[in-house]
Amino acid sequence: MSRGPAIEAFDVSRTYELDGVSVPALRGVSLTVGAGDYVALIGPSGSGKSTLMHLLGGLDRPSGGRLVIGGREVGSLSAPELARLRNETIGFVFQAFHLLPRTSAVDNVALPLVYRGVGARQRRERAAAMLGRVGLGHRLHHRPNQLSGGEQQRVAIARALVTDPTVLLADEPTGNLDSTTGAAVLELLERLNVESGVALVMVTHDAEVAARARRRIAMRDGVVVADSAADGGAGT
Amino acid sequence: MRLAEAWRVAWDALRANRMRSALTMLGVVIGVASVVLLVAIGTGTKQRVEQQVEGLGSNLLLVVPGRLDMGSAPALSPLTLQDVDAVGRVVGDPNRVAVTVASGATVRAGNREDFTTVQGVLETTPTVFARELGRGRYLTRADVDTGRRVAVLGDAVARSLFPDREAVGQQINVAGVRFRVIGVFTPLGQSLGVDRDDEVHVPVTAAQRLYGTQRVDAIAVKAPDRERIDELGDRIVAELNGRHPGTEFSAVTQEQILGVLGDILGILTGVLAAIAGISLLVGGVGVSNIMLVSVRERTREIGLRKAVGARPRDIGVQFLLEAVLLTSVGGLTGMALGVGGALLVAALSPIPAAVTWWSLALAFGVSAAVGIVFGVVPAQRAGRLDPVVALRAE
Repeated sequence: MSRGPAIEAFDVSRTYELDGVSVPALRGVSLTVGAGDYVALIGPSGSGKSTLMHLLGGLDRPSGGRLVIGGREVGSLSAPELARLRNETIGFVFQAFHLLPRTSAVDNVALPLVYRGVGARQRRERAAAMLGRVGLGHRLHHRPNQLSGGEQQRVAIARALVTDPTVLLADEPTGNLDSTTGAAVLELLERLNVESGVALVMVTHDAEVAARARRRIAMRDGVVVADSAADGGAGT
Repeated sequence: MRLAEAWRVAWDALRANRMRSALTMLGVVIGVASVVLLVAIGTGTKQRVEQQVEGLGSNLLLVVPGRLDMGSAPALSPLTLQDVDAVGRVVGDPNRVAVTVASGATVRAGNREDFTTVQGVLETTPTVFARELGRGRYLTRADVDTGRRVAVLGDAVARSLFPDREAVGQQINVAGVRFRVIGVFTPLGQSLGVDRDDEVHVPVTAAQRLYGTQRVDAIAVKAPDRERIDELGDRIVAELNGRHPGTEFSAVTQEQILGVLGDILGILTGVLAAIAGISLLVGGVGVSNIMLVSVRERTREIGLRKAVGARPRDIGVQFLLEAVLLTSVGGLTGMALGVGGALLVAALSPIPAAVTWWSLALAFGVSAAVGIVFGVVPAQRAGRLDPVVALRAE
């Protein structure tokens, strides 16, 4: 995977305006996520890791600094351009799954392809194939409420990867699952990271989960306090 | 492809909340149905009035004293039968000239009586006004010249006075004077709320003697051709002005009458449509309201769609389509109800109703437009949602 860095952040800050008061959530974060990386983002509540996650996923724009995703400068992109960038380079997996209710697994997985302009038949084929890769080839037409928590998260993972992104951002992906199911989901993410070379960036509270990552970034009070890559570990 | 997906999502969203969608549509349904129904009634009334005015006979010219202004009081007529002869000379054919001197009177036959309009007329009336006799005969020149006390009854009068007997040949008593019935008109029905079968025709000379006058109220002329009808009217008015200096006369054509009536009924139809339009507007506010609820309920869905690549526009279009679908389905239902209501009104009541294509097209167009207008604000709100905030929503 020698495609150059997937995401680069240079002194990125993010400040929220709350009732006229500026609240800094990130104050100068610099990091690089390489292609095929496996990064755990750890830190207590309010440390800024969710804010960083949103920035890395192109859901938000930095207040200061430079953020480059897939070779494009986020600050200079319009809302539609940013939407397209998310569609093409980022896959999201959320703690609460965020599947559409009353919608079959295959249609949930196909959703990102709708916004890419892929035709209905091809969407379904690609979505079905992706569900096969996460072990749900037999659950194509089940609705979220007919699936277990682990199965729902697998559908969400298939949805995140159906567009063949370069980065998979997972926000507490096992947080709503029991330990056995959570472990299986984690193994799936790791397998996909190795198989397809998608960079995996995972926000987690769980020290055990974080220990499995090749690289760990610890945050506190809006700054990176430790990055195992900087200590000579994997990564750039 | 995105649009197809948006339609599908909009349809699914409406089906998922059937009760709510149906109640929201109800506002639009009622609005559209009342627009279609009320416009149908207005149009039907206008058509019927036009038919009736045209049914008076073609190329008709009515000559009356005074100006033809809306609301001006009718002037006392100075016209006499000599003026009628003069008009006949201007026209060139006395058979094309009819007169009337009319008054309400009580007509009796045996122990039955009826208050009706007794009109003194010339024998030319059936030709000029295209009236037909059901039974018996009409007045003749001789009847008029001699002031013979004979009468032709409207159908309603004949049925009222002689419910179980043939009227022709019977005696009637008009204001104390006996007349012999010689004919009965074929029924004409209602016109502008007036029963046109409620009348009695007698020779104008007999009527003048009855009312103690030498005057006639108005002159009607059946013009030989449509092209020169206005010129003929001008010549008649000039002749009468010469004979009666100091009195103004007007000659009115059917087109002018139709024009005036058409304007009045057009305004009436417009007012009815506007009143119905207000209820459509209220329905639109309901749509706007429910769309805002829908956006709020589906905030997380919006956040997710944005996360996977939906542009603000994609989200906006999706919600706009939902609103338009809501009002369009409501509009179609309302049209069906309005047309059904109009057919019922036309069939079961004396009120005429005619459904026109333009009113259907207008009602549907307006309901779709209501969806757009009242869907824009919720759709924009959805499109502009910050995905980070939307994903966190409960």
